[in-house]
Amino acid sequence: MLFEALALQLGYNATLVAIGSTLLGISAGVTGTFLFLRKRALVSDAISHATLPGVGLAFIAMVLLGGDGRNLAGLMAGSALSAWIGLICVQSLTRRTRLSEDAAIGAVLSVFFGFGVVLLTVIQTMSSGRQAGLDGLLLGSTAGMLMQDAMIIAGGGAITLALVLLLRRAMTLVAFDPQYARSIGIDPDRVDMLTMLLVLSVTVVGLKIVGLILIVALLIIPPVTARFWTERSEKVATYAGVVGGVSGYVGAAISASAPAMPTGPIIVLSCFALFLVSLFLAPERGVLAAYLRHRRFQERVHIRQGLLSLAQQQPVYEPLTIRLLAREGLARLDGVPTEAGRARAAKALLDEHRWQIVHGMADFEAISSLYDGLRDIESVLTADQLAEIDALIGGPAEVMP
Amino acid sequence: MMGEEFVALSLVPILIGTFTAIACALPGNFLVLRKQALIGDAISHVVLPGIVVAFLVTGTLSTWPMMIGAAFAAIIAVILIEAIRRLGRIETGAAMGVVFTSMFAGGVLLLERSDTSTVHLDVEHALMGNLESLIWLDAMGWSSLLDPVALAGLPPELPRIFVTLLGVLAFLWLFWRPLKISTFDEGFAQGVGIRTGAMGMALVVVSAIAAVAAFDAVGSIIVIAMFICPPAAARLMTNRLEIQVAWSVAFAALSAVLGYVFAGYGPLWFGGQDAVSAAGMIATISGVILALAALFGPCRSRTGAPSGV
Repeated sequence: MLFEALALQLGYNATLVAIGSTLLGISAGVTGTFLFLRKRALVSDAISHATLPGVGLAFIAMVLLGGDGRNLAGLMAGSALSAWIGLICVQSLTRRTRLSEDAAIGAVLSVFFGFGVVLLTVIQTMSSGRQAGLDGLLLGSTAGMLMQDAMIIAGGGAITLALVLLLRRAMTLVAFDPQYARSIGIDPDRVDMLTMLLVLSVTVVGLKIVGLILIVALLIIPPVTARFWTERSEKVATYAGVVGGVSGYVGAAISASAPAMPTGPIIVLSCFALFLVSLFLAPERGVLAAYLRHRRFQERVHIRQGLLSLAQQQPVYEPLTIRLLAREGLARLDGVPTEAGRARAAKALLDEHRWQIVHGMADFEAISSLYDGLRDIESVLTADQLAEIDALIGGPAEVMP
Repeated sequence: MMGEEFVALSLVPILIGTFTAIACALPGNFLVLRKQALIGDAISHVVLPGIVVAFLVTGTLSTWPMMIGAAFAAIIAVILIEAIRRLGRIETGAAMGVVFTSMFAGGVLLLERSDTSTVHLDVEHALMGNLESLIWLDAMGWSSLLDPVALAGLPPELPRIFVTLLGVLAFLWLFWRPLKISTFDEGFAQGVGIRTGAMGMALVVVSAIAAVAAFDAVGSIIVIAMFICPPAAARLMTNRLEIQVAWSVAFAALSAVLGYVFAGYGPLWFGGQDAVSAAGMIATISGVILALAALFGPCRSRTGAPSGV
């Protein structure tokens, strides 16, 4: 079943949904990247919740004008308008008053959503009597998606994506250095506003598939996931698009393959699964990589300290140190050094003496600061310099009785 | 409007709404000042999976399992947010966005996959609550307030939220000074020996308890609104914390009462027949209050606030 769904073999509706949610995922991931880089991820939460009153008002207006209240284009227009008003409320609460942005986001989100809920209850009691099915826009409902809806979603997603590609340089610049952007004639406020507009359009496009509560996830999780894999902003955007697209596609397929699998939550959870994989397995930034790095560091410290103890003929008590020395063939398990171990220990002690000398020499101040107990001295000093230092240390001397 | 019918139909919802609003607004003051306002948002989203799991485990919609499940989910969420923030070196907002949306999606999925047709548990209910249904059937009029038999028939949500409110008040009263100091000057607070980390965690836990208790009765949207709107409006009225808390309580109570009245009776004034969502209306009124405060509040701007207000 799942493989058929992944191969788009489950019929017309499932195919429409899969294509639509893949496009949505891609554009949401790419757009969300710039929101994430600007550290304003949760503004999207306010925007998405603020769509609800617009949906309600658009429905009421369309019914009053004698049309079909469920026309997706009309609902999208209404939701875009009220999300825009919500966005302006967030901006002006942040700028004109002393409230911080998070308070403004929370206030707008809850108040607009609350008002939207009021409008929904009004609609439920409207004389037209047709159950609106607007609840579907809260969590997305892809059952009975029309070709026309799919075209709107695909078109909206594609236009958003194109605009993001067009604006990516300006948005990256503003995200990293707004002052510099201003100095070369790019107005950060205007770019921010454009970013938010793009987010808004993704939200509106996503209403039908994932719903207004969960669209935030598609804007936030892909860039966060992508961030684990690369340090370059353009790659974050690309990977985020891939993550969003894959989770949209896989999520839609899973949801089509079994009953009682709501599309929106499944897409979000697919995305979250990708996030978890990245969190643990990503090279460099992943948890596993960090753990391995820590272990390697720990081993080096233990071996180094163990060698210094051996060189000074002190017993090594720490079991981990002995195990590590034994594994490297530097000592036996009872703590007696092997031939190789004695050689390495002598070298470690010599290096330590060399560092001591380096610390005392004004010329080597910069090099001296590199000392961390692990660095090989050969990697910072030339053979000639080492020879100079060794001359200062001198050879073995007779011990005075 | 003030007769028997009022006591039976409206008194209890109004009281529950007011207590809920105040219980959320009180810790909300500190959350807003600490720029953690969206914690309330995150908590109220993750309560859903907690309740669904509790329902799946126990098979009933009884109070305590649900409260425990919700509280558990809130704690898991806070831990997850912190873990992702540290392990992945990701800013708090994005970490929160990842956690609460995913947990909410998980809750919705569980709900759809499990058979909840026999009980009253669905996403709309979780979001919007059901304040209007908390009626006091045994009430015969104002005299019922003194009648033990009638009082026994009070909806259990009322005593529960009242106890929660008392708990929140006790927490604020006991920890007022350390809470205040660590909110405004964390470094100084540490200097005088206050454990600011524990204080912050305690505040989040108290907020979570308030949110969970309120959620049961009124739904999550009102919880977010009450965590943020009354304290935010109060913040624009004064520069003193004590007065701000007082304003926030007043705003919260005003939103709850006005919201309920408008929702129940407002449509009638406009010739409608049916009431609209009380929870939604309460959130809307709190937003109107915040908008008025943002336009006319004496301390609304960052600079140039009058001194001594």
